[in-house]
Amino acid sequence: MTHVDGNALAGTLVDVLGFDSTDAIGECAGCRHRSELARAHAFVTAMGAIVRCEACQGVLAVVVRTPTDVHVSLSGLARVSIARRVSRAPRPPSP
Amino acid sequence: MTAGFRAAWHVGRVVSRRAETRSAVRLEIEVPTWPGNHAGSHLDIRLTAPDGYQASRSYSIASSGPATRVVLAVDEVLSGEVSPYVVHDLREGDELEVHGPLGRYFVWTPEDPDPAPVQLIAGGSGVVPLFAMADARERQPHGTDFRLLYSARTPDDVFFASELGALTKTRVDIVHTRRSPLGSPRPPGRLTQESLAELTFPAGVAPRIFVCGPTPFVETVSRWLLELGQDPARIRTERFGGSG
Repeated sequence: MTHVDGNALAGTLVDVLGFDSTDAIGECAGCRHRSELARAHAFVTAMGAIVRCEACQGVLAVVVRTPTDVHVSLSGLARVSIARRVSRAPRPPSP
Repeated sequence: MTAGFRAAWHVGRVVSRRAETRSAVRLEIEVPTWPGNHAGSHLDIRLTAPDGYQASRSYSIASSGPATRVVLAVDEVLSGEVSPYVVHDLREGDELEVHGPLGRYFVWTPEDPDPAPVQLIAGGSGVVPLFAMADARERQPHGTDFRLLYSARTPDDVFFASELGALTKTRVDIVHTRRSPLGSPRPPGRLTQESLAELTFPAGVAPRIFVCGPTPFVETVSRWLLELGQDPARIRTERFGGSG
């Protein structure tokens, strides 16, 4: 079976995590490779998806859908780093 | 990155459909609650059968900006579950559930401060998000140089043919794999590493590169790009499988 990019899981990740995490940086718990989740290899079926490290092919995440739930394992990810979005707070007035 | 367009589920209505190629359809979908989207992002379409069974697939968006009108170009995947319905059965006036905009990794924005040229490389219907980027660039008075290298089977399989022909800020090269246009100096044939090197920005100018197409196409092109000295950190890819 061929893989697609982690980018293809954007919709699933929004449903599960509440935000689009494709540009978040994930660290593989196996080989410590760090890259955007969109660069990971995603193997997608009707049941869910398996996400593998692009460097060592270790399993980073597993998503399984049932009629009532979505089960997510992130056990292969040692860390996920998410860029803080620039807030649009008004600047204080100049003196 | 500018303020994001937050993803959510929306209900859209098909306002126009027409043949894009022999196997693909172009849809314009009005989504009143759509927040807008960056060029290159995609959405998921979810279909629900009368018995409750649901199937969803991702489709790249050909349009960009703050509009509520979303343009898709969907190629039929034979034996697919969703695309045959979208290509053959979806009618003007039909409503459908869409989730998006998605995929902030594979986008280009006019506010991008990177002055390096942008190289787009498309295989087949992978041209859709790359067309959105070229179209977004076209609407800017100033900006960086764009090139698009597009592998298509025959002239009849070219998506957005007239729009691509009208681009003035993106140099477009089309490689035809099965049949070339009459009078073309380039015989039909698969993209080679030599023609890739000839028709793309060289590594010396450190281009940003977006590649989109079927997985084998993206794998091959990515490997060739690395062999040509391109920086892997500047290459972004979007592969699509055949599950349609």
